Amino acid sequence: MQLQTQTRPKVISVTVIEDRIDAATAIQFKEKMRDVTKNGPDRVVLDLARVQFLDSSGLGAIVAVKKLLGPDRVLELAGLTPTVEKVFRLTRMDSIFTIHPSVDVAVSHAASA
Amino acid sequence: MQPAPEPHGRSDGLHLVFLASPLAVRDNLAQMLAAPPLRDLSPDGRGTAELVLAEVLNNIGEHAYPDGPGPVWVTLTAVADGTQCLVVDQGIAMPHERLPVGQLPSTDTALEDLPEGGFGWHLIHSLTNDLTYLRTGGCNRLSFLLPQA
Repeated sequence: MQLQTQTRPKVISVTVIEDRIDAATAIQFKEKMRDVTKNGPDRVVLDLARVQFLDSSGLGAIVAVKKLLGPDRVLELAGLTPTVEKVFRLTRMDSIFTIHPSVDVAVSHAASA
Repeated sequence: MQPAPEPHGRSDGLHLVFLASPLAVRDNLAQMLAAPPLRDLSPDGRGTAELVLAEVLNNIGEHAYPDGPGPVWVTLTAVADGTQCLVVDQGIAMPHERLPVGQLPSTDTALEDLPEGGFGWHLIHSLTNDLTYLRTGGCNRLSFLLPQA
């Protein structure tokens, strides 16, 4: 599970360099996310543009990361591909995340906020 | 290993047998998507098929065979209105030998109570038709139609 991070003044973006987050990698994803977001800015944007496939285990791991960040930090999502978007929509978990079309849009939102 | 349960009494379609570990599920999903009938679906149809089959197969790995991977038989057949799927395992029966309802967990909760699981059966119910479960001869037989996108 490879994650690429970019830290800006008020936001850290984390790009998943894998084409899937599934039952075989969900726990690893969660642990790596905990490591790379430790002590960073309060706002975390998870870039899923390369992820073609997410199952319920992967979804659970993303929710777990949101919970790990705690109430004072925020996890936002960007770049959902069609099957990934479908999983969020059908489980209504799209209602608990701010979802941006791309990581660039997400970061520019921060600049204007 | 006991002999394979006879899935359909017919030989057309794709048949696979493997041990339901997360990595084997991933490898076999890739094989299923690369062969007919799933290969010939739209990208959206293939995405849905992969999602439903991943949920079904990982449920078997986790709940039917909690003590280690056991065998699973998958049969996929093109039919007029989509893809007919049959998944058979020899593991533990579903609770009360019935299909889980697939009630979506509530998201209207405090942060620390947000659900991290319980989505799988809801996804399966949402994306399939004619979902049927039968416990017979020591086997779980789950059949469903992936409707044409």
